[in-house]
Amino acid sequence: MTNSAIIEQPMETATELPNSRMAIWWFLASEVAIFGGLIVAYVLVRLHHPEWGEYASHTINAAGAINTMVLLTSSLAVVLAHQAVEEGKLEKASKLLLTTVAFGLVFLAIKAYEYTHELHAGFTPVTNLFWSFYYLMTGLHGLHVVGGMIAMIAVSRSVRRGEHSARVECVGMYWHLVDIVWIFLFPLLYLAS
Amino acid sequence: MLDFLPENISSFGGEIDGVITYIWRIILAWLVATEAVLVYLLVRYRRREGRRAAWLPATTWRAKAWILVPAVFVTICDIGIEARSAPVWDEVKLELPEPDLLIRVTGRQFVWTFTYAGPDGELDTADDFEAITDLYVPRDRVVRFQLESADVLHSFWVPVLRLKQDAVPGRSIPGWFEATADGRYEIACAELCGASHTAMRGRLTVQPPEIFDAWSSTMAEQQSL
Amino acid sequence: MSHGEPESFVRKYIFSVDHKVIAKQYMITGLFMALLGGFLAYALRSQLAWPGDSIVGLGVIAPHAYNSVVTLHGTIMVFWVAMPILVAGFGNLLVPLMVGAEDMAFPRLNMLSYWVFFLSTIVIIASFFVPGGAAGGGWTAYPPLSGTVHASGVNWGMNLWILAVALEFVAFLIGGINIITTGINMRVPGMSMWDLPLFVWEELIASIVFLLAVGPLIAGAVMLLLDRSFGTGFYAPSAGGDPLLFQHLFWFFGHPEVYVLLLPALGIMGEVLCAFSRKTIFGYRTIVWSVISAGLLSFVVWAHHQFVSGLDPRLAFPFSVTTILISVPFAVHLFAFIATLYKASIRFTVAMAFTLAMIALFMIGGVTGVINGSAAADIFIHDTYFVVAHFHYTLVPIVFFATFSGIYFWYPKLFGRLMNEGLGWVHFAGTFFFFNLTFIPQFALGLMGHHRRIANPQIFEFLRDGQGLQVLSTIGVIGLLAAQVPFVYNFFASMVRGKPAGRNPWEATTLEWATASPPPHGNFDEPQTAYRGPYVYSPPGEGPDWIPQFEPPAEALEPDTAISETAS
Repeated sequence: MTNSAIIEQPMETATELPNSRMAIWWFLASEVAIFGGLIVAYVLVRLHHPEWGEYASHTINAAGAINTMVLLTSSLAVVLAHQAVEEGKLEKASKLLLTTVAFGLVFLAIKAYEYTHELHAGFTPVTNLFWSFYYLMTGLHGLHVVGGMIAMIAVSRSVRRGEHSARVECVGMYWHLVDIVWIFLFPLLYLAS
Repeated sequence: MLDFLPENISSFGGEIDGVITYIWRIILAWLVATEAVLVYLLVRYRRREGRRAAWLPATTWRAKAWILVPAVFVTICDIGIEARSAPVWDEVKLELPEPDLLIRVTGRQFVWTFTYAGPDGELDTADDFEAITDLYVPRDRVVRFQLESADVLHSFWVPVLRLKQDAVPGRSIPGWFEATADGRYEIACAELCGASHTAMRGRLTVQPPEIFDAWSSTMAEQQSL
Repeated sequence: MSHGEPESFVRKYIFSVDHKVIAKQYMITGLFMALLGGFLAYALRSQLAWPGDSIVGLGVIAPHAYNSVVTLHGTIMVFWVAMPILVAGFGNLLVPLMVGAEDMAFPRLNMLSYWVFFLSTIVIIASFFVPGGAAGGGWTAYPPLSGTVHASGVNWGMNLWILAVALEFVAFLIGGINIITTGINMRVPGMSMWDLPLFVWEELIASIVFLLAVGPLIAGAVMLLLDRSFGTGFYAPSAGGDPLLFQHLFWFFGHPEVYVLLLPALGIMGEVLCAFSRKTIFGYRTIVWSVISAGLLSFVVWAHHQFVSGLDPRLAFPFSVTTILISVPFAVHLFAFIATLYKASIRFTVAMAFTLAMIALFMIGGVTGVINGSAAADIFIHDTYFVVAHFHYTLVPIVFFATFSGIYFWYPKLFGRLMNEGLGWVHFAGTFFFFNLTFIPQFALGLMGHHRRIANPQIFEFLRDGQGLQVLSTIGVIGLLAAQVPFVYNFFASMVRGKPAGRNPWEATTLEWATASPPPHGNFDEPQTAYRGPYVYSPPGEGPDWIPQFEPPAEALEPDTAISETAS
């Protein structure tokens, strides 16, 4: 415990898990329920609509694939940030979090390009039910990306000041969930035909 | 209490009433027994000077048996109820007998419309004819209906037939009944469907087959003109 | 984590982070909304008994207004009365105290969740006053009626309804995570999960069930709002959508939600039952396992609300089986409560009376549920007043009898005083009698075939004979409301006039009785330790008939059984 002076010591708890970690696990469970409900609903409706395969072919697979890579890489940056905190390198952790935010921006830029392209091609949220689901699911996911970026900027600032370093782990776990949700959405909305 | 059930004029209604009666007797027996035990314990073990409560944490299986064994009996009753009930459900909702008459029932805010298949026995052909609000059917004949909705959810509810089925826009839900007594009865909508949900009332008229056939031919002729 | 006691009035009583203040805020908001929900019940019952007549205090109810009254009565009673009082109110008050914590795990988050809830309360009340009137699609809000403006004629009322419910879900999600973390993580040394008071267990399971069940409905509500506002077609068959999808999402949440309300109520009853029967709970672990298995089963019963909804009829059998099976864990739970009374030494207080009445009445609700659960019987029973009577026989005991029991019992921990028992008995007798008078006739009406949510039963010939029962039921609800007058007076008057309670007026064993009444900011004078299970009442041998969890063992006097029996 060489870095005990700079690393925030979590309060002792009955389970020895910090409160923040336990809370974030339950929070993620509720997020899984939201996206899980949405995905199951989408899959069940889609089973009745074989023609959706054709609609799905109008999504831009390459953009989705690149975005998958972007998110995976950003998750790596968060892992490294957490590792840096464990090693007491707070400055480095802070920078790695901002790197993640940058990847998030890239993701959103590509997503914005896709939306523009699709809207111009005439595929709007009310074109048909496939596109309603597409915009709803990617939109809700996009909001989660934005939320994660805001949280990470805040945590990055406080970590630089040496405060709340335990929160790096929390935003990291949240970011992994955002990543995993995308890994489900990409094949379901882009690839499956 | 079960005396409140309305008259039954459907071939399967007796089965449904039978299930209700069967369950009613079982739950009434359980209810009376459990409430009696509860009241007995309350009187018997009310506070008395100098009497100390017993230490019964029920950590052994022997002690737990006092609550688990009754629970096993509950399970047995559950299985009995399901065994009694499932075949009746299958008869009413799953095993549709060969129809003598085919009708489309359409729910629409706030009226029931009945489309008869006409002489050719098929819907959506030129000889179909319609009746609004009033459903006429022959006695002792199997009537098959296709239940549809033109707008929101409705529920086709004929208490004397022991028949209830929701109408869902976008679906055509098959069902059947066979009325066993002549007379005029009421049809209602049992699923909230808007401001005049209450007023969505229809009439069911069960007639002897020969009278129905006469009515049916007249209607077919009139509406084909 | 520790925070000093705030000085200003606003920080102390309004934007407070103290879990006890937040608990009071939830409870008082909930009780206020109960008056509103009760008034709506009076309005709709009066319309049914005397259709078309002018109702005292409201005037004549138009048919579309009747739909709004029914919708908002159900919505408010479930989401703005039961949830804030049982789950959030008692949860906030008791979970930290019972585990010996100085506050919730996240006090500021706790304050946030109350104020989000408060905002949702404002929104739902505001929905009464917008053009077009309040939502009229039933508390289940089935599309297409709720999904388009032209189907119901209600525009902003429905939008605000969705918004309010969504805000409420957010509030209880945050609150639930807080309660779960507190209950699991903030336990004092010595308190294993198997030493938790039953209330904490039931609150934990309820919060977890809520958290896992509500997600799909949040997604479903967003889709409903998009359908209404932007013309998407998630529930519109013309666009390839399916109205039944919403029903699945709704009941996947809606049925577990019933248990989310039931479990804290059972927890309250467990505490009261042990304290006043002076006896340890019968089969502590059996109860906990029955609650856990009921929580799991609650996720696979939802379609029993949809037997005749157009669901594939082949699905009726599996859901009928799971539904009837879920009676087993609850039977075990209630049997354990009844067995606790065996060889007890029962002290009849008002709190105990409400708990015992809850057991007696809830059984009526429970057994009548078996009829609904059978798919064949449900063909007749579904959407009739039999169902209405059934769920009121479950929910009124859950939401009101258990709440009253809890309020009479823990009033000292809220306000430092005892409520007046005499007025309490008047309240109990009135509530018990008029509750039964209200709902027993509805079983009969349901069997006559009286379908739900109709504004005027008299237009149906087959219901005309039931008009006497309608009037009886309406007299019941008026009496039920009148019976709350002594309670409301007692609740407020006892804050100043009640007998000072002292730390442990009921000679109870759990940790909340270790501290002053009301507990100070930070809850305990000194850190607590749990030395034994929660219900050491009347241990074998001589001596006092209760040994609190927080009392250090006096080596010679301590009977071995006291610890090992409940903790192993």
